[in-house]
Amino acid sequence: MVSRRHQNFRNYRQEQKLTQRRVFASALFVLLLAVVLIARLFYLQVIEHQLYQTKADDNRVMLVTEPPPRGLIYDRNGVVLADNRPIHSLTVIPERVSNFPRLQQMLSGIIDISDSEWEDFDDRLKEYRRPYQSLTLKSQLTDEEWARISVDLYKLDGVQVEAQLTRYYPFGEAFAHAIGYVGRITSKDLERVDRQAYQGALFIGKTGVEGFYEKTLFGEAGLSKVEVNARGRIMSELERQNPTPGKDLYLYLDARLQQYAYDLLGDYTGSVVAIDPTTGGILALVSKPGYDPNLFVRGISVKNYALLRQSKKLPLFNRALRGGYPPASTIKPFMGLAGLEYGFASWTERYFAKGYYQINPDGRRYRDWKRTGHGWINLERSIIESVDTYYYQLANKMGITPIHNFLTRFGFGQSNLLDLYGESNGLLPSSEWKKAKYREPWYSGDSVNVGIGQGFMVATPLQMASATSALASKGHYFYPRMTQLIGGQPAEFENGLGDEHDIVLKDQRNWDRMTDAMRKVITDSQGTARRLQGTEYDIAGKTGTGQVFSLQEDEEYDSEKLEKRLHDHALFIGFAPAKIPKIAVFAIFENGGSSSKPADLTGQLFNAYLHDDYPERYDYLKGNKND
Amino acid sequence: MTDSFYRRAVSFTNARLWKLVHIDVLLMGSLLLLIGGGLFILYSASGQNVAMVERQVFRLAIGLLVCLALAQLPPKYMRRASPALFIFITVLLIGVLLFGVGAKGAQRWLALPGGLRFQPSEIMKIVMPMMIAWYFSDRHLPPNLKHILTVLSLIVLPVLIIAKQPDLGTALLVAVSGIFVLFLAGLRWRYILGAAALAPIAGYALWQFMHDYQRQRVLTFLNPESDPLGAGWNIIQSKTAIGSGGLYGKGWLEGTQAQLDFLPESHTDFIIAVLAEEFGMLGCSILILAYLLVIARGLYISATAADNYARLLAGSLTLTFFVYMFVNIGMVSGILPVVGVPLPLVSYGGTSIITIMATFGILMSIQTHKKAR
Repeated sequence: MVSRRHQNFRNYRQEQKLTQRRVFASALFVLLLAVVLIARLFYLQVIEHQLYQTKADDNRVMLVTEPPPRGLIYDRNGVVLADNRPIHSLTVIPERVSNFPRLQQMLSGIIDISDSEWEDFDDRLKEYRRPYQSLTLKSQLTDEEWARISVDLYKLDGVQVEAQLTRYYPFGEAFAHAIGYVGRITSKDLERVDRQAYQGALFIGKTGVEGFYEKTLFGEAGLSKVEVNARGRIMSELERQNPTPGKDLYLYLDARLQQYAYDLLGDYTGSVVAIDPTTGGILALVSKPGYDPNLFVRGISVKNYALLRQSKKLPLFNRALRGGYPPASTIKPFMGLAGLEYGFASWTERYFAKGYYQINPDGRRYRDWKRTGHGWINLERSIIESVDTYYYQLANKMGITPIHNFLTRFGFGQSNLLDLYGESNGLLPSSEWKKAKYREPWYSGDSVNVGIGQGFMVATPLQMASATSALASKGHYFYPRMTQLIGGQPAEFENGLGDEHDIVLKDQRNWDRMTDAMRKVITDSQGTARRLQGTEYDIAGKTGTGQVFSLQEDEEYDSEKLEKRLHDHALFIGFAPAKIPKIAVFAIFENGGSSSKPADLTGQLFNAYLHDDYPERYDYLKGNKND
Repeated sequence: MTDSFYRRAVSFTNARLWKLVHIDVLLMGSLLLLIGGGLFILYSASGQNVAMVERQVFRLAIGLLVCLALAQLPPKYMRRASPALFIFITVLLIGVLLFGVGAKGAQRWLALPGGLRFQPSEIMKIVMPMMIAWYFSDRHLPPNLKHILTVLSLIVLPVLIIAKQPDLGTALLVAVSGIFVLFLAGLRWRYILGAAALAPIAGYALWQFMHDYQRQRVLTFLNPESDPLGAGWNIIQSKTAIGSGGLYGKGWLEGTQAQLDFLPESHTDFIIAVLAEEFGMLGCSILILAYLLVIARGLYISATAADNYARLLAGSLTLTFFVYMFVNIGMVSGILPVVGVPLPLVSYGGTSIITIMATFGILMSIQTHKKAR
């Protein structure tokens, strides 16, 4: 290399020129590239400025919702049926926990946390949540647990004890089917509500009043706009809108009556519905057995849920709204009024009641409950003694269409309840219905069965009670309802119903006459509910015994030989005082056999409600009746 | 009066005193402007961390001392020392490869006795152009093919070692610092164009040899939104910071992207995004202008240097400084892939401040040791 030096021949001047030209070219490149940078900045900062401004704001501003306190539910006397109770929960902010196994170990040395609680926690950890949002690990700490945790809290990174309001149902199972319950929000629930509003909410109304009035009870979530950093930690609050608490509800329900009715059902499954005939307000809505709604509030355990689901007594089934029963003889007053209305019956006409009824002289015998027959009777007697054959012939004469039309006006075959979900329609048959369902014509025999509230006809306890209430109020049909006051204002109903409609008879005196006949069910020496005699006020009522299965023509009903589940249902409808009714009741004891059980129950409810005559042990449900 | 102020300013910059202590007033002035502005941004970008700013000032002060010290050293000694330095640093690089200590998965440092650590690849940024300039200092320019190949082979070895550490940013800067000398030495345009034409083919070949994660990185650069929480996050957030700054910015310490930690590495590689957010396009333009002032002075020194060695070295060092700035701003604003290159003299920390100040010492030496004509 060294030998190839040509320094002597080098043209320094030319080389200097060359390198200077290259420096100059570099300067041009530098300028060009600087312009590229400036152009890029111009593009980002001027042309696309708005886009990135929005992005930056989206980054830093987060909406945080604060769930409002849930509205309370009171009975008519101010007894709290659904309360909010502060609880202390152990929560964890996962971002602040450095070592979960160690935390688990430390916590287990302080309080008991079950495996399922850890599993639930792990599940929730996998769901979407805001960064730095705390997750509940163990809810409803006892005072002792709270104290023990508090001592060691400083050692536990990311763990805190949070006070929250949780729903509490002080009176448990008797009210479960009426009040319903709240439960943990599922993703399915979130599809029908405003997701944003429910962010941070612990639960949502699922059934009963809690479910129907969810929006009202929930209130409006508070919203705050906060500035967060990249790790989601809140740095400052920019804007705030306080939550609006949910509205309180006052129900027509009478807590004492409800609990009393529930208890009076004893070991039977069944249902009791009481309605105030002057308003349509539901005073009691009992479905037995019930369940403890508190189990559902923070998410029911799989084990407890399975127990409820698998119980043969179907505690989760709302019999009052969905139970379909043959009305049996309790339909007779309505059938009688129908016969009068359409001219197929009269108060004076006499009828000879044998022990059976035949459509054709040599056809099937439809038997009366009294095998020897009742002899010469009239319409009033047919009610007092509950004469089946009278109604067989009446129904057969009328045919199904007038029956269907008349009973429709009392709310049968449709759902009328204004403010609970899930009421079943029952079944009020018609010839069209039968054609559509079975592709068969309506036979006379079908009418005969319907005449005594059997056959195709199915009614719910609520339907029976509200029809009875309409009977009591002489044709004022009120759509049944749970709620009196919403946030201090009289409840109004979205579907535009809510008022009564009048059932006008050709002869309005028939209301009083039918009431008289029903009064004699109790007062007459032959009355089927004689045992209710001796009250200071008049009771009008009607017994019923619903067949669970059909007896063959010549078969004897022998309760001794039948399994309990095949025993007849025992039913009763009644209202009191007969002249100016204040309460109408339907009661059914499933497989209760004799109708004396629901009749006795109804009598006791009347005493209780009309004379404040409750056993002392119900005093805790009295409330402060000051209105 | 303006006239007399201007005359006084000129006489100030031309004063003999500056020549005596080997300070180039214009270069030093624009550097101090840049450094001063940079400290302001750092204060904001570090979350108003005074201690961090103090450490940076300390580092800059050391850099300034190194700068002044090197300015005293006449270029001819530098030239003589060049080959030996090059060999020495290359050996050290090999040493790093064999015995180096690591941090964050990279192996870049040599541990010195007394707990000191030393990063030879940084020094290579200066020694590489020294070596190539030395190579051309007694050869005919423009270089012929043999010279070109020789020079390329000199560049390749250290660059490969540095890339293996791995430190792609430094490897890139070392490579360009050598190639700039080649360019300034008059590398024929047809070679340059030829290389440019071959680039796509080379790129394709490179793609074939790349690891999956490296390909992923390229793809993320091409479409950062494809991986918004992973590799794309940085670039999306820095673009958001820059774009939301607008023309005039949100005000000092008012940038939400920077202050709320949305911006990653806001005080190091991505510091320009903080400036862009808080001072807008106006602030960025002023900063870029300050860089251009430094670079303009550097190129002037290069153009007026006394000999080939000084010319080539000064030019290369200045251009490398520009590449620093261009790559950094280009990557933060999303027109270049993300390679870890700090914004020179503004980004917090790193050995780079010392090396960069050293290059300006060399530039000042070249400028102030010229014989008066």
